[in-house]
Amino acid sequence: MMVKPLMPKCWRKESKPHKFCPGCGHGLALKALGMAIDELGIQDKVVFGCDMGCSLKAWDFFNVDIVQTHHGRTTPVITGLKRANPELIGIAYMGDGGGYAIGFQHLMNSAIRNEKIVAIIINNTNYGMTGGQLAPGTLPGQETETSPYKRKGDTPLFGANFGAEECPQLWDINETGYPIQGPEMVTAIAKQGAYAARGTVANVRQLKDFIKKALRNQMDGNGFSFVEVLSTCPTNWRTDAKATLKYLEEDMTKYFKVREFKILASEGGQQ
Amino acid sequence: MCLNLIEGEKKAFMNGNEVIAWAAIAAQADIMYGYPMTPQNEIMHYWTRLASKAGKRFLQTEDELSAGFTTIGGVLAGKRAFTSTAGPGNTLMQEPVSMAEMMRLPMVIVMQQRGGPSTATANYSQQELNLTCYGGKGEGLRIVYSTATHQDLFDYTIKAFNTAWKYRFPTFVLGDGYQVNMRESFVMYDPQARGIDTVPTEQILGKQGVPGADRAPVHLRNAYNTEEELYNVIMANAEEFDKIAHEITEYDEQYIEDAEIIIVAHGVVSRTALEAVLELRSKGHKVGYFRPITLRPFPSKQLYNRAIKAKTLLVVESALGQLARTVKDAIYGCNTSIETIAKPGMGIISEEIIEKVDIIIKGGLA
Repeated sequence: MMVKPLMPKCWRKESKPHKFCPGCGHGLALKALGMAIDELGIQDKVVFGCDMGCSLKAWDFFNVDIVQTHHGRTTPVITGLKRANPELIGIAYMGDGGGYAIGFQHLMNSAIRNEKIVAIIINNTNYGMTGGQLAPGTLPGQETETSPYKRKGDTPLFGANFGAEECPQLWDINETGYPIQGPEMVTAIAKQGAYAARGTVANVRQLKDFIKKALRNQMDGNGFSFVEVLSTCPTNWRTDAKATLKYLEEDMTKYFKVREFKILASEGGQQ
Repeated sequence: MCLNLIEGEKKAFMNGNEVIAWAAIAAQADIMYGYPMTPQNEIMHYWTRLASKAGKRFLQTEDELSAGFTTIGGVLAGKRAFTSTAGPGNTLMQEPVSMAEMMRLPMVIVMQQRGGPSTATANYSQQELNLTCYGGKGEGLRIVYSTATHQDLFDYTIKAFNTAWKYRFPTFVLGDGYQVNMRESFVMYDPQARGIDTVPTEQILGKQGVPGADRAPVHLRNAYNTEEELYNVIMANAEEFDKIAHEITEYDEQYIEDAEIIIVAHGVVSRTALEAVLELRSKGHKVGYFRPITLRPFPSKQLYNRAIKAKTLLVVESALGQLARTVKDAIYGCNTSIETIAKPGMGIISEEIIEKVDIIIKGGLA
């Protein structure tokens, strides 16, 4: 007997199966988002913005209105929309390259201004669409196309620091910096009413709850809502299923803590 | 409604940036997004003061990329949204404008030119013609009004909103630091009272109903998978642009019928050009004046038809040949000679033009 896969109601069936690579975390993150939209009953109010990079493949993902924009510019497009029509529920969806590098000033300034939008950043620790380069989320010890001798660090998660002596300037953590801690930073700069959490596609139920709270926070008009999502990129990580999940669940979580950082006012957060 | 801020007609005397803020109110603009950049800062200053009285909105963004993309967000929400910037801000603004161009979004941008390249001077130039008409990657499918007077600033700011929402191409009002920082008189009016219809806006995203159930979802993208997909979109847009060009194209010409030398200038320099023509005519010289008001689409056919009957075109601009190149392109096939006064970032006075015309005449060119 064929069992129909359970899809969120707001998913657009015509665009399934989706366009992401096998094993990519985007599908799970978008599932959590879809379930949150369904449970809140806001399909007719949501405007979903996606970025350039892998997130653009979500441009026809939902039966909600969608705009796909340039690298890192999803945050200002959704900000402008929300400012012009506060009735709408704006979601800016992008990767760690789009949100934390090329569009970082938009993300941070939106947090500072406490824009009433939801920003979701999919952190798969590399630039997926462009072929796996070092990204703001790349972990110490991780090998990428632009850190072929690994981003060196105290806790090499991909194994030993191979090649460390040969080409120090390419991978020294003093040159490339440490991975960004997005929700922690948002928590430090966003003021009253903001919400910040880090979820993972390894725990979709919890991720859905975080996203739901973020959306609820926007609907209540409280402030900036931010969810980072730890995600997978087996294509560029060059990992099999087992190694992919190990990296997601064990290695990434050593550096990126999965939890809420700034809680809702209704749950005792600063208001 | 203009909320009674502008009733009937009245003569006003103010600086150009203030004129633009008033014009945006008259045009029933809903929201402005902006970032400080000399010489257009006062547009924001006056808009924020007027907007609070008129129940309108303003957002000061973190840079011009954000100002442009938030303006796009405002347009997508169905609001008459606009931004303004200058010089280095124009460079950054090309990224959002290219998205508006691809998606046919009616974004309005007021652009005040300053010296370039780089940060250069903050007061005046006409060096942003290329960037404003053809910036970003693409084919320059945007509408550019080049203003010369405060009346122009008022009229064309109002017109820019209507043109943008009627034809759905990004629309620029292109001025310069001289214009916006000087004061002169003009007539302020409520466009409705003059019979100028305000083209209605349309909510592009977030319309009524559940997408997929009550209506089809709106999915806007600017990334394409195949060459053919992109080609078809560009060619359809280009065809539409060419089709409507004659409805949008504007120019001014004077003393042109019998002109042997035609002075071609745009923006504030066209005022100097007209002054020179009047002086030269008083001396009996057959000199005419042609001013493109729209730089995109350019009045190529109209200029060609005049150029073919003249002996010399004298192109005058505060840039090093940006208008001259456009003119050469427009009159390709004419044997009419082209002379230039090209002073990037410098003001031009009528005496310089008269002197140049005298040389042309003495040289037997005309």
